[in-house]
Amino acid sequence: MGDLFVLSISCIFINNILLAQFLGNCPFLGTSKKMETAVGMGMAVIFVLVMAGMITWIVDVYLLKALDVEFLRTVSFILVIAALVQFVEMFLKKSIPGLYAGLGIFLPLITTNCAVMGVCLINIKEEYSFIEALVSSFSYAAGFGLALILFAGVRERVILARVPKPLQDTSIGLMTAGLIALTFTVFRGMV
Amino acid sequence: MIPAILLMLGIGATCGIVLSLSSKIFYVYEDPRIAQVENNLAGANCGGCGYAGCSAAAEAIVAGKEPPSLCIVNSKDGTEAVSIIMGVDAGAAEAPLSYNLCEGGNRAADKYHYMGVSSCKAMDAIYGGHRVCTVGCIGLGDCIKACQFDALHMGADGHPVVDDAKCVGCGACEKACPKNIIQVRTLSEKLMEFNQAYDALAPCAQTCPAEINIPKYISEIKAGKYDQAVQTIRMRNPLLLACGRVCPHPCEDMCRRGIEDEPVSINQLKRFVADYEMNSGSRIPITCAPDTGKKVAVIGGGPAGLSCAYFLRRIGHQVDIFDAMPKLGGIIRYGIPEYRLPKKVLDWEIQGILDLGINAFTQVKFGQDFGLSSLVASGYHAVFMGIGAWEDYALGIEGEDLDGCYKGIDWLSKFASGQEMKLGKTAAIVGGGNSAIDCVRTLMRLGLEKVYIVYRRTRNEMPANQVEIHAAEEEGIDFVFLAAPTRVIGDDDGKVKGLEYLQMELGEPDASGRRRPVPIEGSETVLDVDMVISAISQAPDPSFKDNDSAPRMKDLEITRWNTIDNDPETLQSSIPYIFTGGDSATGPSLVVTAIGGGRRAARSIDLFLKGEPVEPVEDSLQGKNIPESIFKKVDGITPIKRAKMPEIPVSQRLDSMIEVDLVLPEDQALAEADRCLNCCRLCYNPDTEFPIAK
Ligand SMILES: Cc1cc2nc3c(=O)[nH]c(=O)nc-3n(C[C@H](O)[C@H](O)[C@H](O)COP(=O)(O)OP(=O)(O)OC[C@H]3O[C@@H](n4cnc5c(N)ncnc54)[C@H](O)[C@@H]3O)c2cc1C
Ligand code: SF4
Ligand code: SF4
Repeated sequence: MGDLFVLSISCIFINNILLAQFLGNCPFLGTSKKMETAVGMGMAVIFVLVMAGMITWIVDVYLLKALDVEFLRTVSFILVIAALVQFVEMFLKKSIPGLYAGLGIFLPLITTNCAVMGVCLINIKEEYSFIEALVSSFSYAAGFGLALILFAGVRERVILARVPKPLQDTSIGLMTAGLIALTFTVFRGMV
Repeated sequence: MIPAILLMLGIGATCGIVLSLSSKIFYVYEDPRIAQVENNLAGANCGGCGYAGCSAAAEAIVAGKEPPSLCIVNSKDGTEAVSIIMGVDAGAAEAPLSYNLCEGGNRAADKYHYMGVSSCKAMDAIYGGHRVCTVGCIGLGDCIKACQFDALHMGADGHPVVDDAKCVGCGACEKACPKNIIQVRTLSEKLMEFNQAYDALAPCAQTCPAEINIPKYISEIKAGKYDQAVQTIRMRNPLLLACGRVCPHPCEDMCRRGIEDEPVSINQLKRFVADYEMNSGSRIPITCAPDTGKKVAVIGGGPAGLSCAYFLRRIGHQVDIFDAMPKLGGIIRYGIPEYRLPKKVLDWEIQGILDLGINAFTQVKFGQDFGLSSLVASGYHAVFMGIGAWEDYALGIEGEDLDGCYKGIDWLSKFASGQEMKLGKTAAIVGGGNSAIDCVRTLMRLGLEKVYIVYRRTRNEMPANQVEIHAAEEEGIDFVFLAAPTRVIGDDDGKVKGLEYLQMELGEPDASGRRRPVPIEGSETVLDVDMVISAISQAPDPSFKDNDSAPRMKDLEITRWNTIDNDPETLQSSIPYIFTGGDSATGPSLVVTAIGGGRRAARSIDLFLKGEPVEPVEDSLQGKNIPESIFKKVDGITPIKRAKMPEIPVSQRLDSMIEVDLVLPEDQALAEADRCLNCCRLCYNPDTEFPIAK
């Protein structure tokens, strides 16, 4: 139990997928202009990543390892995740329209998001058990959401500041992201 | 190798089969336009629009929540294609256009020096911007940056200018403007706008009962764009020829130039462009919104009825006018005499309104020839009543029914209808309003030897238009002020031979601050006259209510002044589908007030027809002034005399009914237009910037 907690903390803060591993930067910049979209995106990533983490773990252990074709890992993960997300999207749209209204529009955007893919591969590389893979997927996704929401909060205020013309919009966004990433390094010594 | 290929095939096939099955099982209907729109977006899934991906953006566009220009990286062609897909939508059949409401731009003074990002939104977040004018344009051009179609540019004087030809009405500029200064509206919406407390309005435009955008039409005249000036006036007032001649122009009393100088001659300028159109030989086309399929009956074809019908027609409803008299126009035809408003001019103006596709049925009286039930049965969805105030008040003195006693409107309308009138040699007209003056000036032209006006108070209190009183003086009318008629004296044949009155003097001021006239005991005086006309105001004739057999009619409430009761903001009567305006709702008032009422009623009727709640315009000014826009002094003004109205000399006036007031010649009109400061809420152009050129 304690180990899982430590794993979770390290995934959220120390190895934050966005700010320490620099994966998933396109939605990080794209959907962080408004707090509302940032929150929606964060939720969608949690949802997709948990599902993807589980299914890729199963595929890896029961198919790839069993048949000794681990070199097909990346390509089969892409296929599986993409199909999974499409399926979930269709399922939600029909069966749980309420949830779809909140998350649905974000799903296709992260179909093969590098953050999702990255976490699935990390799970395998670190040789996590199924439970560990589950916790790590959830925590990485939560870390993604946290970073996105923090960033959106900052960006909403940056618009009011006096920014030299060449640095406006995305440029200042990237710099802010860098500074936030720097602050996250303080978590390094924690565990 | 083999197992690897088989495995990939297996995974691929499973995914494919599961997805194709589930797309059948979980099929949900989707607007096909979403896919079409998505195909025309950039497809980068970048989220730059604030939505998570292109399909989300497409959905928002199709739902109408976002403009076609939402996608920030889309090409111009792509955005246009999206506009076209969205444009075929029936709901958008009436193309909206962008309008800039603040024309002052950087004229208003700065409050502080701003050094932040070049974005209106950012500046607005700091004390609402750096200008002293809190409602006006910030001038950093967020709207211009937002426009994908190059339809906006920064004008020379620092405010954005819309290029109508390029604007597709996508609404991006409106969303970008933190001040609500750039608004994207359809023609119908523009026609149904009313002055509100937070609008950018010049004092004159606040005061005009029809809410005409006065500085706009004057600057159009100044620029020589007479057609546009006419169209600007027609956005608010369809009777510009009539108003240009008879309006007592309350706007001029509030003219900002008038604080340091003589006010701008606003109404003469209106007449100038109105006459320009009429004399040009062709009518400037008037556009109407697409048909809505709703039908409205307008009872009474006076200014209120004509205005209501005109605006309803322009916003796409079908309108029929019913009037009791042989021709339309109401008081402006049957009360106001030919020498003030020639019938030829009025006919031309009314024809222009009917040409929009409005049917007129004349000589049919509501309550007599037709009633509420016949209107309802004929499929009218709403009714406007503008039946005016045609019942003259009686003097309530002895001898009033003698031969030679008449009543103002009754006499004027009979004369205007061409009836043979019995005339005396000398006449006394009782009253101080426009109808009294119209009676005396008409009688003077009919060759009477002596015509008196008998009025209870003094000249200063006379409610008639100043120019009218002045003209009557010039034409040799005798004014008997401070006189209260007590008796009409008749001879043995029952014919009038004199009017006895009591002299008055001004006593203590009353509640309104005016000194109340009090009779002087024993001061009876007799005027030797053989005609007496009482023209002391009128009330509406509510007899239609008793004559109408429809039981529903009992619900219509009439006030104790015989006016039709209504909600003063929405003009809806106590029967929800009946609306009323003009003199029949307000009591005797002005032509422009009736026109403004007709338009306000048209707005309510439109809401009613659409099934929306009939609610008042929020913070509607209704002629009230915005305190901060009313100045005590105006800096930088060099006084310049106002244009004098040309008129024909008195010697040529009295032997015919020929029109007395003439139109300004073009050079004088242009010079007069140059006197306008082009005011807005707070800012204006002092003369120094715009020296008289011509
Ligand atoms: C003599 C005189 C001079 C004036 N001079 C000026 C002036 O110089 N400037 C100014 O601004 N204002 C002036 N006014 C005031 C102005 O004319 C009125 O305020 C204005 O005409 C009101 O318009 P309205 O449409 O409400 O009514 P009206 O003009 O009175 O029109 C009412 C119409 O309803 C019709 N009608 C009435 N009853 C029925 C019925 N039962 N069924 C069918 N139709 C019916 C009438 O025939 C008439 O056509 C003057 C008024 C008078 C009397
Ligand atoms: S007073 Fe009018 S024109 Fe001037 S800045 Fe304000 S809104 Fe604009
Ligand atoms: S100067 Fe022109 S804009 Fe200003 S109040 Fe007078 S008429 Fe209106």
